[in-house]
Parts: sequence; structure tokens; C-alpha cells
Amino acid sequence: MSEFWNDAGSPFHPVSAPDYLPEPQLRQLQLHRLKVVVRRAYDNVELFRTRMQERGLTPDDIRSLEDIRKLPFTVKTDLRDTYPFGLFASPMNEVVRLHASSGTTGKPIVVAYTQEDLKVWASVMVRAFAACGLDRGDIIQNAYGYGLFTGGLGAHYGAEALGATVIPISGGNTDRQIMIMKDFGTTAICCTPSYFLRIIERAKEMGVDLKSLPLKAGVFGAEPWTEEMRKRIEAETNIKAYDIYGLSEIIGPGVGNECAEQNGLHIFEDHFYPEIIDPETLEPLPDGQEGELVLTTLSKQAMPMIRYRTRDITMIYPETCPCGRTIRRIRRISRRSDDMFIIRGVNVYPSQIEEALLQVEGTAPHYLIVLTNDGTMDDAEVRVEITPEVFSDRVGEMETLRRKISAAIERIVNIRINVRLVEPNSLPRSEGKAKRVLDERRK
Amino acid sequence: MKIKQISMFLENKPGRLSEPCRILANAGINIVTLSLADTQQFGILRLIVQEWEKAYHLLKDAGCVVNLTDVIATEVEDRPGGLAKVLDVIEEAGLNIEYMYAFTFRKYDRAVLVFRFNDPDAAIAALQARGINVIGPVELYGNS
Repeated sequence: MSEFWNDAGSPFHPVSAPDYLPEPQLRQLQLHRLKVVVRRAYDNVELFRTRMQERGLTPDDIRSLEDIRKLPFTVKTDLRDTYPFGLFASPMNEVVRLHASSGTTGKPIVVAYTQEDLKVWASVMVRAFAACGLDRGDIIQNAYGYGLFTGGLGAHYGAEALGATVIPISGGNTDRQIMIMKDFGTTAICCTPSYFLRIIERAKEMGVDLKSLPLKAGVFGAEPWTEEMRKRIEAETNIKAYDIYGLSEIIGPGVGNECAEQNGLHIFEDHFYPEIIDPETLEPLPDGQEGELVLTTLSKQAMPMIRYRTRDITMIYPETCPCGRTIRRIRRISRRSDDMFIIRGVNVYPSQIEEALLQVEGTAPHYLIVLTNDGTMDDAEVRVEITPEVFSDRVGEMETLRRKISAAIERIVNIRINVRLVEPNSLPRSEGKAKRVLDERRK
Repeated sequence: MKIKQISMFLENKPGRLSEPCRILANAGINIVTLSLADTQQFGILRLIVQEWEKAYHLLKDAGCVVNLTDVIATEVEDRPGGLAKVLDVIEEAGLNIEYMYAFTFRKYDRAVLVFRFNDPDAAIAALQARGINVIGPVELYGNS
């Protein structure tokens, strides 16, 4: 008799059962839940009801999953405009938790959970961890920030519900992260990929060999990152770096997660219905085409989101995943339409700069894009930290490095962007979401 | 006969040069000479100090990007034509100078030329064969 169900080596975790629902059954469940959530939002959320009425719609008009296309979109400003509690569909005495976004401009956005919502959240997080091969017996160091940010508590309760041992260390204090990782035998870490790079960098300085530790998995999210970044992380450690997706408007982390294939993120679509739309025309696009991800929370009680525009650019893979899950996958999100900047008429995403940097031997993925304006035109400068390995006492060699970076960027974005080499550790390090763009344009 | 030069990456911004100098000053390390190669965007500081090992580690520990480079010091008379004579020899020997800088000793009428060659050992042999006075750490630091 084995102590844990997976001692037999089965990759299947019972809690992941909904990941494998036969498609007709999944669609039936989605339709049933869609009808319930639309009714709930219509009955309890004024903004949604008004928008439905303006379109001459009632909840009874939802008869098939395709009917979701008739429904109005919800956008981030709707959450700001109704701050703080305007989109709640539950009375406050049923709301057991509030979270809020950091809110870079003005008021934050507030999200709410009922007891049932928290159960759903923990369950999707368990499925996310299980997809990363984690289970009871794993020691999960949760370095997402605890507090109003959904990352910390979301991962925490999911890891506990999984039955793993949770180290609720929160973000920051990198030296202590590394000490605890070593002393407690951490097997998996949750944090932003940029913060994990900081941990790698600091471990080297401290003389700690991360490859000698039991650390085997990283659950990285809360910011877009690239395949090149994954390769770098996996090359410098013994971990498999998994991408987790989520946003607080929908539930927090646990909207989707990669499986062992590491090729696209499975959306837990029995709870979050994904659509891809053309961000210009707002028309739905078929699976396989790139556009903006729109999500509908199928089971959310306290704060249902109907057709929420995520601003994340991705596509739904039309093929089924070799892992056997029937829930669909989205391509990993490396671009957010919010992060895009336009230089000399060309759209540029920070992830493209990251991709270019990682192609040049010896550069660290520590960079900052500074947007400037000389009064007539927007321009950008990419600041890249040099590493001791690439430093040369010869000016020519340093100029060659700079030109190589510049050329790699030009190959990817098709315009020339000035590159400035800066000293190591001179760019701000983030313990949460990395800041990649500094806007110094004259307003 | 080779001399260790500490090379350091500097961002082109105010106050950047004073930091390494302060670190060395606090440790009581005297800078024999320095040279700064600068571009519009960054600079490379090159330092000659007697206690190069200590200086290297101090700067490295302070987070500076530094490396050690072998350079060659030659001693010439501090008078017109002193440098030209050495350069003639270098040209004749077919050596390629990566960069160079010069300084004079305080108490003597001698100048020291510091050269960075791609192959320092070959350069030393070629210079000595042509009668150029290549000086080692003892002469260099002893005189400074």
C-alpha cells in the first residue's frame, strides 16, 4: 500500500479530472454554466444589465455557446469606473475576500470572492500545480507577493489544497530565499520569471549552486516572458520552467497553465471560457488565429466577468495536446497590447527586445526600454546590462557587442533602436513584475 | 616583464569615475597611472596600481565590471622624439598596438609608455631584441 496515490508513477492527479472531460460533455457544462452566470450578472450587476438591455438582450437569449458573441464586452475601465464594489454580484455578507490590483495609474481595481469562488480558485491552482508534475510531498516556495496582489494567496491556497508543503515566504529578500531554498529542500518555486533570474544571479554571487539543490520546477507567471527566457532559466538550473497564466479580474493565477509538454497553456475552460477576437473589429476569430484573448468566468459568483478583454495577444491551438487533456491551449503570452510602443510607426513589444537580447551570447536578460521624445518624434533606447564575461578592455570589442545587440533587435523588429550598455545591477530589479519600459517622453 | 592593468567598465554619467578612485583611496592604494577610453556611451578605465590583486578584488566586490589585462611598459627619455623612437621600432617589428598611454615619473626625467598588444610575449621579445627598455613591476613601482 503506497502512501501517495502517485507512488505508482501515474502522471494523473484525481483533481485534474475536469482537464480530461470528453469534449461534448465539456461544452455542455460550459453552456449550462454560461446561462447561470449571465443570469446572475444580469440580475445583480447594473452595468451589465444596462448593456444587455441596450442590445435588446435578456439572459434567455443564451441558448448555445455561440450566443456568447451577442454579449457586450467588459473592459478594465469598467472596473475603474465602478470602483470599488460596483461590479459585485453578491451581497457583501457573502463576500469573504477582496483583492486589488497595484493600479499603476489612479485607483486600483478591486475583485471579490465568495467562499465558493475561493474553492474554485484553489481547485484550478491545484490543477495548475498538478500539470507541472507537483503533488503531496513537494515543498513549494511561494515567492509571489502576499497581500492585495492575487499571486501570493492564490498560489498559497492552491499549493495547500494540493497537499504540498508551502513555504509562504512572499517576494523579496533574495538572500533569505536562497538560504531557505537550500535549507528546506524546496522542490518548486513560484514567482515572476524576472525575479527568478534575480535569484539565479544572486545565488551565483553567493556561491550557491542551484543545480545541486532538489529544486525541480518553477511556476512562473504574472508577467509576459519568452521561450528564450525559459531556455536561459532551464540551462542555468535543473528546473523545468512552467508558465502559469491568470489575471485578477478573472480570478488570479490559475486561469491556465502549461503541462509537461510545455507547449501552450491549458485554459481551465470549465471555469473560464476563452475566445479570441480581432482587437480592431472585435470580431471573434477561429482557433488557430492570433488576436486578443477574451475570457468569461463561467462559475464566478461574487464578481462575474462577461467577455472580459484581457489585452493579451495569443491564439487558441486548434490541435489537441499530446498530454491527453481535452481543455484547449492558448499560445504562451509574450505580448500584451498594453505594453506595446510605437517607434517610427512600427509596433514594438518588450518581449521582442528580450528575444533579441537572449540571442546575443553573453548578455543578461536585464534590460530597460526608455521611451524618449525630442519634441517631434518618439524614439527609444534599450539599456542593456553588460556581464563580466563579455567585458573587454578594448573599446572595439565593446562596440562590436553593442552592434550585435542592435542588429539582433533590428532583425526582429525591423527598425534600428539605439542600444546603450550599462553596468551590471544598475537597472532596477523587481521582486514582482519586472518594469521593462520607462516612459520619458515629454507629456 | 608584463604589467597587470585593471580595466573597468564605466557608464558615461556624472560621478562614475570617482567611485573606483574612492574605493582605492580608502584602501590606501595609490594609482600609478590611469587612462580613460571613452565613447559617447561608455568608458573603459585602465588603471595601473602596484597592489593590483587587492585592487581588482576590491573593485569586483563593489560590483564593478573589471578584468585584468597584461600590458607592457617601456621606459624612454622624457624629451622630444622619445615616443617616436619606440613607435618606429614597433612599426619595424610589425606589432599592432591595441592602445597605449604614457606618463612621466615625478622625480626623474623618464617617461613610461604603456602598450596593449594582442600578443604581449611576442611584443616583449621583439622590443627587447631592438634595444627597447621593457620594464617590469620592480622598476615600475620602485620608481613611482
